[in-house]
Amino acid sequence: MVAESSEKNINVTLRVWRQAGPNQPGKFVEYQAKNCNPNMSFLEMLDVVNDSLVTQGEEPIAFAHDCREGICGTCNLVIDGKPHGPHKAIATCQTYMRSFADGAVITVEPFRAKPFPVIKDLITDRSAFDKIQQAGGFISVRTGAGADANATPISKDNADLAMDAAQCIGCGACVAACKNASAMLFVAAKVSQFSLLPQGQPERDRRVLAMVAKMDELGFGSCTNQYECSAACPKLISHDFIARMNRDYIKATIRQTFKPKSNAVAGGA
Amino acid sequence: MAKLESKIPTGPLADKWSTYKSEALKLVNPANKRKYEVIVVGAGLAGASAAATLAELGYKVKCFVFHDTPRRAHSIAAQGGINAAKNYQNDGDSVHRLYYDTIKGGDYRSREANVHRLAEVSVNIIDQCVAQGVPFAREYGGLLANRSFGGAQVSRTFYARGQTGQQLLLGAYSALMKEAGRGAVEVHPFEEMSDLVVIEGQAKGIITRNLVSGEIRRWSADAVILATGGYGNVFNLSTYARGSNATAAWRAYKRGACFANPCFTQIHPTCIPVSGDYQSKLTLMSESLRNDGRIWVPKNAADCDKPASQIPEEARDYYLERIYPSFGNLAPRDVSSRAAMRMCDEGRGVGPGKRGVYLDFADAIQRLTEDGVRERYGNLFDIYHEITNENAYKQPMRIYPAVHYTMGGLWVDYNLMSNVPGLFVLGEANFSDHGANRLGASALMQGLADGYFVIPYTIGNYLATQKPGSRPKTDATEFAQAEQNVRDINDRLLGANGKEPVSHFHKRLGLIMWENCGMARTKESLQKAIKLIPELRAEYWQNVRVPGSGATLNQSLENASRVADYMELSELMCRDALAREESCGGHFREEYQYPDGECKRDDANFGHVAAWEYQGDGKDPLRNVEPLNYEFTQMSVRSYK
Ligand SMILES: Cc1cc2nc3c(=O)[nH]c(=O)nc-3n(C[C@H](O)[C@H](O)[C@H](O)COP(=O)(O)OP(=O)(O)OC[C@H]3O[C@@H](n4cnc5c(N)ncnc54)[C@H](O)[C@@H]3O)c2cc1C
Ligand code: SF4
Ligand code: FES
Repeated sequence: MVAESSEKNINVTLRVWRQAGPNQPGKFVEYQAKNCNPNMSFLEMLDVVNDSLVTQGEEPIAFAHDCREGICGTCNLVIDGKPHGPHKAIATCQTYMRSFADGAVITVEPFRAKPFPVIKDLITDRSAFDKIQQAGGFISVRTGAGADANATPISKDNADLAMDAAQCIGCGACVAACKNASAMLFVAAKVSQFSLLPQGQPERDRRVLAMVAKMDELGFGSCTNQYECSAACPKLISHDFIARMNRDYIKATIRQTFKPKSNAVAGGA
Repeated sequence: MAKLESKIPTGPLADKWSTYKSEALKLVNPANKRKYEVIVVGAGLAGASAAATLAELGYKVKCFVFHDTPRRAHSIAAQGGINAAKNYQNDGDSVHRLYYDTIKGGDYRSREANVHRLAEVSVNIIDQCVAQGVPFAREYGGLLANRSFGGAQVSRTFYARGQTGQQLLLGAYSALMKEAGRGAVEVHPFEEMSDLVVIEGQAKGIITRNLVSGEIRRWSADAVILATGGYGNVFNLSTYARGSNATAAWRAYKRGACFANPCFTQIHPTCIPVSGDYQSKLTLMSESLRNDGRIWVPKNAADCDKPASQIPEEARDYYLERIYPSFGNLAPRDVSSRAAMRMCDEGRGVGPGKRGVYLDFADAIQRLTEDGVRERYGNLFDIYHEITNENAYKQPMRIYPAVHYTMGGLWVDYNLMSNVPGLFVLGEANFSDHGANRLGASALMQGLADGYFVIPYTIGNYLATQKPGSRPKTDATEFAQAEQNVRDINDRLLGANGKEPVSHFHKRLGLIMWENCGMARTKESLQKAIKLIPELRAEYWQNVRVPGSGATLNQSLENASRVADYMELSELMCRDALAREESCGGHFREEYQYPDGECKRDDANFGHVAAWEYQGDGKDPLRNVEPLNYEFTQMSVRSYK
């Protein structure tokens, strides 16, 4: 996962996408990053480049980041054509300069996907993911209404699998990696987490139908089973979850059509 | 002088909260709830749980975050776990024991009643999270698993691999999204609170800057809740996310809210040591590792340069096990951090610069196999590998203490309301429950306790005193004045046109704080810092360079305005540390210690909360005191031996 240790400092050339605002044209601009310590993270290297830009009175490169330890899902650079850079299973912020050769020319771009418009330079708007969550990415339980936590045992296997799915950090790399800009992996991860747990059953059908419909409505493309998504995913969310969601979706569609419905309306004494 | 009434209910400790809830708190009737608008700033565990629950109850809620989505709050990074007095392990845990461990862990500087309430509602939190679909770790029988954390002799910590904070936050976020989806909460991402609006002595709104468009906006409400997290980034290098900041709390302080115990900061013992001056953050290795890892340094300073594998067993000093035999590697954070510092001060540190100690898993691998260790801590070993390029299955980890949490924060009463009526403060942003030292896995507990189970009751008590529909309009002069204040600060920063980037100043400030107001403090070091900080601040306003304009996304400006606040808050931290002439928890004054290096408290003179009140620019702040009246537990010497 991590390249061999190297003690020698390196120089690299960056080709960085600069774009002043949402509807403005962008272009690549070249910068030199000199004398980088191989143990420096890629984002720390950008910090240093930015400080020197500021000192020269230029606007620094805008890029998104926060936790810098691979968990918040904020960082989102496409490095040399790959969302989150050269290595598997890590986020941009966990990429270190030891992964690059001395003299390398590195291209840095924002995620390119229609539902994630560029805000500035390398920062994109991923609020579409919140909208998908609002459509059904939850279990409707009022605060305080939960039963004792051990009242319903859950098999360790299912709990572990639900956790595998729940690890998604909402970064959007799956969308950026997909030629159709499909959000299937992201949606499948959430849908599967809940469908694997007893608490998620009552809303199971409604959830998958609503989230998929919202995803389509927001302009994410469809899945053609290329699995670029799971290859780019920093949390290695498996594309098996997509298959699982597809099964859920089909069952829900059928049940939706043939399910007997109560005539009762709300209200009463 | 601010009036600090703690509003602690009378009666037996174990009944206070339930009696207060059912008998004393005023209720708001359902039809009136929707006439009240509540602003929640922050959507970490505290803010998201509060916003979602208040919306469920029928209040109109607006939730603001500076992040691009509420799911990014810093709570997401919490690794180890969350405490709850469930006693599922049948190992003798109880609400009282959790209460006692937390009060003792905090070195008797928190309120008994608050801590007891926290322990009581801890059990509801786990129920709530499981009902939301949080995939906690389970045993083969299908029941929830637990582990131990520092400062406790029972296993009461619930966890989701090494990503507990992530899973709890995503649970609270899903509740928030549920409410947003049905229109009960308006979520405003990329919207940073830059000032508090106080009208006739009550908090009635906020000013924000939209981080995308640069627009400065006014928002009015019947009550304002801050759940904006801690201020540890004052130190520059810390385990916090880079964006975590103190602006909301600090600007509220400058509008009259008291800042309590600002010097109570937590230095976490197990972080990856600093490797170079380009470094932007320090990474935590969860305390849960101390369940199975053993901490040591060479007995002999001459061995420090040798690889660990060449240092034989008898030449190793497992100093925590030696000094604190009953808690061993699970001694509380402040105690463990200082012990590591002492070892390195003695010249027995390891790694670059000799500022590190070993955390060794060789025994655990023998006992559990490598796969067994991987199952428990795999992701942490991976993180360690990514950062250091070292394989901790083969050689011990190197760790060193780093700034991690702030126990201090805005002063609040039992209702979590600050001394400014209508301003509530939740989560790490308040000062309330952890005294002078927080135990591991207790911050997540407190954030969710505040948001799910306390504020939904106590806010009604305030709102019931406000006429429905009486909230001011945003054209009130106080709004205009606060907006102008924000514009002035930003214009000054943009116009300074100096030579140095913000980051250089932040580094320098961080170094002053780490050296003089860090793990150990003295009168001299603090006086020195109180002299250096204003000098650096003056230089900052003269020589900082903030390119670009305020009318677009401008990360330099965001940082500059946050660092401007650190330049002031840091001084208050040092003043507080100087005034507190005792050692307690994370506040270690070298002058006040026992011969074995443990904290020497002075309950007679400092058994109180210090709540600082702003008096205007250039004036010394006022130190108010809230006495801590211990009715039920004896303040005793904290011993982990
Ligand atoms: C690496 C790490 C690991 C940890 N592990 C554990 C653990 O295992 N167990 C445990 O109990 N605790 C742990 N903690 C501590 C715990 O995570 C935090 O104390 C807790 O999550 C804080 O939650 P919060 O809701 O108060 O604030 P945060 O999660 O920090 O949220 C702050 C929110 O406020 C918003 N905000 C802040 N300022 C503004 C502003 N001016 N305008 C608009 N929005 C604003 C942010 O956008 C964010 O939504 C850990 C901490 C760290 C750093
Ligand atoms: S599925 Fe993976 S790539 Fe997609 S948002 Fe989640 S973590 Fe990111
Ligand atoms: S900055 Fe948080 S995941 Fe990269």
